[in-house]
Amino acid sequence: MAFSKDQVIDFIYNEARMLDEGRYDEWLSLWLEDGHYWMPLDYKQTDPHLVTSLLYEDMFMLRLRVERLNGARTFSQKPKSRCHHVIQRPFVDEMTEDRIVTNTSMHYVETRLDEQFLLALTAVHELAVVDGALRIANKRVDILNSDAAFGNIQLLP
Amino acid sequence: MRTASEITAMFTGPQVHRDVYTSPEIYRLEMKHLFANTWVFVGHESQTPNKGDYFTTQIGDQPVIQVRHSDGEIYVLFNRCPHKGTKIAIDREGNTGKFFRCPYHAWSFKTNGCLLAIPLKKGYEDTGFSESESAKGMTPVGAVRNYRGFVFARLAPEGIGFEDYFGDSLSSIDNMVDRSPEGRLEIAGPPLRYMHKCNWKMLVENQTDTCHPMVAHESSAGTAVNIWEEMGNPEPRPPAMEIIAPFMSPYEFFEKMGIRTWPNGHGHTGVHHSIHSDYSAIPGYFDALSEAYGEERAKSILDENRHNTVYFPNIMIKGPIQQLRNFIPLGPDKTLVESYIYRLVGAPDQLLARTAMYNRMINAPTSIVGHDDLEMYERAQEGLMSNGMEWVNVQRLRTEAEDFSQETVENGTTERQMRNQFDAWVKFMTVSMEGA
Ligand code: FES
Ligand SMILES: [Fe+2]
Repeated sequence: MAFSKDQVIDFIYNEARMLDEGRYDEWLSLWLEDGHYWMPLDYKQTDPHLVTSLLYEDMFMLRLRVERLNGARTFSQKPKSRCHHVIQRPFVDEMTEDRIVTNTSMHYVETRLDEQFLLALTAVHELAVVDGALRIANKRVDILNSDAAFGNIQLLP
Repeated sequence: MRTASEITAMFTGPQVHRDVYTSPEIYRLEMKHLFANTWVFVGHESQTPNKGDYFTTQIGDQPVIQVRHSDGEIYVLFNRCPHKGTKIAIDREGNTGKFFRCPYHAWSFKTNGCLLAIPLKKGYEDTGFSESESAKGMTPVGAVRNYRGFVFARLAPEGIGFEDYFGDSLSSIDNMVDRSPEGRLEIAGPPLRYMHKCNWKMLVENQTDTCHPMVAHESSAGTAVNIWEEMGNPEPRPPAMEIIAPFMSPYEFFEKMGIRTWPNGHGHTGVHHSIHSDYSAIPGYFDALSEAYGEERAKSILDENRHNTVYFPNIMIKGPIQQLRNFIPLGPDKTLVESYIYRLVGAPDQLLARTAMYNRMINAPTSIVGHDDLEMYERAQEGLMSNGMEWVNVQRLRTEAEDFSQETVENGTTERQMRNQFDAWVKFMTVSMEGA
């Protein structure tokens, strides 16, 4: 089944909303089993393997990250963080039968206790169509100031 | 102003006064004395491979430039124009060609700091300028030493020599570099930069704190183990299991791994084994190493699995991972942590891939392991403001009359290395104080 541009854009919006509302199990189910969430460290970084990134996580790591958030002894999440995405209408850069690439500008806000910070970022989603549904094959998040020194970034931009 | 005897009284052996972590005055004294009298890490030579290449960083609170001069040597200069103080280089790295040129009034300097030219030089005739400090150009630090690619500097012109300061602790750098079949490391990309609202010494102490991983990191390491078991213990283990799960090892594991301390505040965990001991072999690596060194020597290089080596005052290296963490003090309650990784020249890329993975899984501001460490440091920094108690306890496995001038190997859960650091702290804080 072919998807319309609007459906693709809704998918991106819905993903951000799942993260904001902490619906992580639903969020994980959007992913293909061999997908990677990549957050480069360097501006225009091309290699996720041989230089450091902020994140380059497979499904095991993402599952671990999500399960940890609810753990009884997750000290850095007592109290819990909250996050908020404000997203600009995604560009659909590529759209074929089974592969779709979008590019989305976002402002991401994360807060805990008295602290709150803002990240400006661009998310590139590579989507696949599997069994008639849109799935995330890979996601790359470039933070505008990725080379700056941050404190804890605990949730997912 | 505190006297040398007041500084000395802040470390009693079993206890250290909380002011060492919280007091702005102590912090200023550390910058003035401790970071001037010790040998402090600057950068790696491969960050400035070619003539004119430079890299900017800090020694304590002092902005400095590491630069490769036209004679091929590495110089470390204070990053300050001798005219009106403008920082000469502001970007993190670059190439300046044959000379530095100040962007304010265009005074220029050779890459060893010497003054090269001043526009309208005539204006300084008969002013006594040539006798001024400024006429010498950019000021070099007191002393520089490039040890197997690692550049260290002592700000003070006089003081302890490099070999006397580090002694046998250099064996950890040796082991890390020897792991390259060519005996050479190369920087691999920019460092992770992680801001901590705590005193720099908390981070350094934590490097040999073997009683915290199974507690503070239960949420990451313990959960990893649980998920893997739920999956039915699949082999090969997911990379996260290889890297994060060993943090969950029992106390006994850490007790038996051993801690070695050397004079002047240096020391390492993982004497007999470590959390890095059971990594899977990378195809082709042992062969490359054996070809370079012979099989026996290759084995002995890889049998050394030192966990964290602290070089006092403020870096830690991981030989088996080729990682260096620099704990840069920015204030009594502010520390910038830069985590660098290196390529073993001549070794398979897969090793570097594991190193990069370790760095991001454990030491990134986005790391689920790092999150809990930082949470502990920041809580400690806040807790220390409490007047309920003035002293911090570092007494674990302490014996009467500990002699820090002797190298020792002890039970891996001792806090001796923390005490060793404070012994060196007192020594290098007070050596240049009046009445010391
Ligand atoms: S401040 Fe550098 S030339 Fe004047
Ligand atoms: Fe830790």
